[in-house]
Amino acid sequence: MAAKRAAKKPNVSGEELTQYYKDMLLIRRFEEKAGQLYGMGLIGGFCHLYIGQEAVVVGLEAATEEGDKRITSYRDHGHMLACGMDANGVMAELTGREGGYSKGKGGSMHMFSKEKHFYGGHGIVGAQVPLGAGLAFADKYKDNGRVTFTYFGDGAANQGQVYETFNMAALWDLPVIFVIENNQYAMGTAQARSTSSQDIYKRGEAFGIPGEMVDGMDVLAVKDAGERAVKHCRAGKGPYILEVKTYRYRGHSMSDPAKYRTREEVQKMREERDPIENVRQMLLTGKHASEEDLKAIDKEIKAIVNASADFAKESPLPDEAELWTDIYA
Amino acid sequence: MATKILMPALSPTMEEGTLAKWLVKEGDTVQSGDIIAEIETDKATMEFEAVDEGVIGKILVAEGSEGVAVNTAIAILAEDGEDVSAVDASADPAEASAPAAEASDTASAAPATAAVPKAPTPDLSPDWPEGTPMKTQTVREALRDAMAEEMRADPDVYLMGEEVAEYQGAYKVSQGLLDEFGSKRVIDTPITEHGFAGIAVGASFGGLKPIVEFMTFNFAMQAIDQIINSAAKTLYMSGGQMGAPMVFRGPNGAAARVGAQHSQDYAAWYAQIPGLKVAMPYSASDAKGLLKSAIRDPNPVIFLENEIMYGRSFEVPALDDFTIPFGKARIWREGTDVTIVSFGIGMQYALEAAEKLAEDGISAEVIDLRTLRPIDYDTVIASVMKTNRCVTVEEGFPVGSIGNHLSATIMERAFDYLDAPVINCAGKDVPMPYAANLEKLALVTTDEVIAAVKQVTYR
Repeated sequence: MAAKRAAKKPNVSGEELTQYYKDMLLIRRFEEKAGQLYGMGLIGGFCHLYIGQEAVVVGLEAATEEGDKRITSYRDHGHMLACGMDANGVMAELTGREGGYSKGKGGSMHMFSKEKHFYGGHGIVGAQVPLGAGLAFADKYKDNGRVTFTYFGDGAANQGQVYETFNMAALWDLPVIFVIENNQYAMGTAQARSTSSQDIYKRGEAFGIPGEMVDGMDVLAVKDAGERAVKHCRAGKGPYILEVKTYRYRGHSMSDPAKYRTREEVQKMREERDPIENVRQMLLTGKHASEEDLKAIDKEIKAIVNASADFAKESPLPDEAELWTDIYA
Repeated sequence: MATKILMPALSPTMEEGTLAKWLVKEGDTVQSGDIIAEIETDKATMEFEAVDEGVIGKILVAEGSEGVAVNTAIAILAEDGEDVSAVDASADPAEASAPAAEASDTASAAPATAAVPKAPTPDLSPDWPEGTPMKTQTVREALRDAMAEEMRADPDVYLMGEEVAEYQGAYKVSQGLLDEFGSKRVIDTPITEHGFAGIAVGASFGGLKPIVEFMTFNFAMQAIDQIINSAAKTLYMSGGQMGAPMVFRGPNGAAARVGAQHSQDYAAWYAQIPGLKVAMPYSASDAKGLLKSAIRDPNPVIFLENEIMYGRSFEVPALDDFTIPFGKARIWREGTDVTIVSFGIGMQYALEAAEKLAEDGISAEVIDLRTLRPIDYDTVIASVMKTNRCVTVEEGFPVGSIGNHLSATIMERAFDYLDAPVINCAGKDVPMPYAANLEKLALVTTDEVIAAVKQVTYR
């Protein structure tokens, strides 16, 4: 238990690799576009970009089955795209328009899709952790074999409700995978300045929850770990912890002065560990794709993202009557 | 094609900023993600990254420029080898900003607060058919029966909380439920209100209908974020896709001699939150009928009980399935001289006062609101239009109380009918003391209600 496993490279087809490449690239390009629209004043309020962390959700989504659930914090655009939600609907929610997933009433931090089993988008740090365990509670109650991926950050890992939840999840053997996306900064506070023991995955030991550390810049390592976690949960053995080490290139939100880390640190990560570049090289060296093929993919992704931006700009503002709807079922 | 690089908004409030420094010069090639400039916002100096790749064709705003409005073109990005001299440098207004919401005088959905107040149309239908056989039950038994009946009817309903199962309920409200429904549906939780409230909200998102028992609502303070931010708001934030069909229930308000941390009435707190429903029954029949409605309701319901009331007996209709709707007050006693409005244990003082006032020849109409969200305003307004006087009674703190809110509503809708200012009888504006004499002074009393009625009736 709690052993740090070496990321063994599983056999992976060119087709699968290409899919991960596409999925990660879609998130990156989407987020870049969101940043641009924010700069233009088309997106308001808080907007937390996922750039740099793409391999985490794409790797874990590769380990899911239809019907599995996911829930996360406010840095949620990547999770939504990775689970198959429509880029148009996500972008239009960012611009607060009628065509958004929440009809423009939720915004960047509060989006949901019943159809894709995506349960938010939660704005209070750590609040999604018991909620995710609750989704798993419902699945266990219904005995339907589903698992729930409950994502939270290294910052949220210091919230008390996380440990209240670990206790009950272990006590009741809930089929929940706690995914700690450790991007090393809780807003602007480096992990070493906020977290007494650095290996967060070990915090499950006190509750008897197995955990492991995963290289979150390596989509295959993430998928591999995700499959182990899913297997554990589906076998009825209770919760599992994955601490996925990742890195956020952009600020905490759009209004981040970036004074808490050096530009060189970010640059080094981008150059040496980029998860998309990593897969790109694998595709090329493994002769799964040519430069031409990749260019075509880039073009295809850009078209999806541009279309989503157009949709998000053209979709009308919500009708004023929407102010008074959806308060009660 | 050349694209314009626009002055970005780098915070939710930024309208203009200083272009502090260019980190690129004309002719430089940039990749998406490269830092091209430093911009000072109202909050900080921020790095500005390129979104697209290309060559910096032309810098339009020199470094050091202050007060550069958001969306001003600050540079032109060209594709390799492209001539940018002819590109129009003005920002494209159609692209630049979100359309302003059109001012509309048809904001029809907004509640009409001014102009002509709506005439009240109270629902005066009886709660159960005339001639229904009755039985005597305590509030405690009525609550248990309500849960048991609903759990029999719907397998997705379950109960969780501290000591609800093997202990049979800290106040014996869940007595017998474990035996009937088993440990899958009657679940003892650890003492961890924030956590188990959150798990229950998550379970409700996942299709179950949880009943969460708080040993007292004082402890629900640990869980208030999950109740308000997760349970109450998700339906709205998801555009109607998912909500929290669940009940949070337990004793609320002062018990007896348990001091400040265990003696608070949260009625006004929860009643303030759109997305929640709030019930606070007084009688056993209302406790049963409202709890059954609450469990069936597709929204999160706060169900405020009272420890002192658990052992009180009332007549309850002996029907297989009877419910009380939310938003329908009950007139306990008709009268002509003054309207006394209360709810929960406050009804005890209201009814006692009315009894004594009758001896003095003052005829009081006594209304039990039963639910605080929605509130049955119409029954209150119709009564005040008849009696022209009103006193409200509750145990909670006086500032921002339910009585305050009712006073404002009466003023808006029945100002011309009032012959005296509305008086709010409430708990005192102090933390609950322990000493017996001080505790008595801190709570609202029957004598205070009588004095208030005499004041508004000028007796």
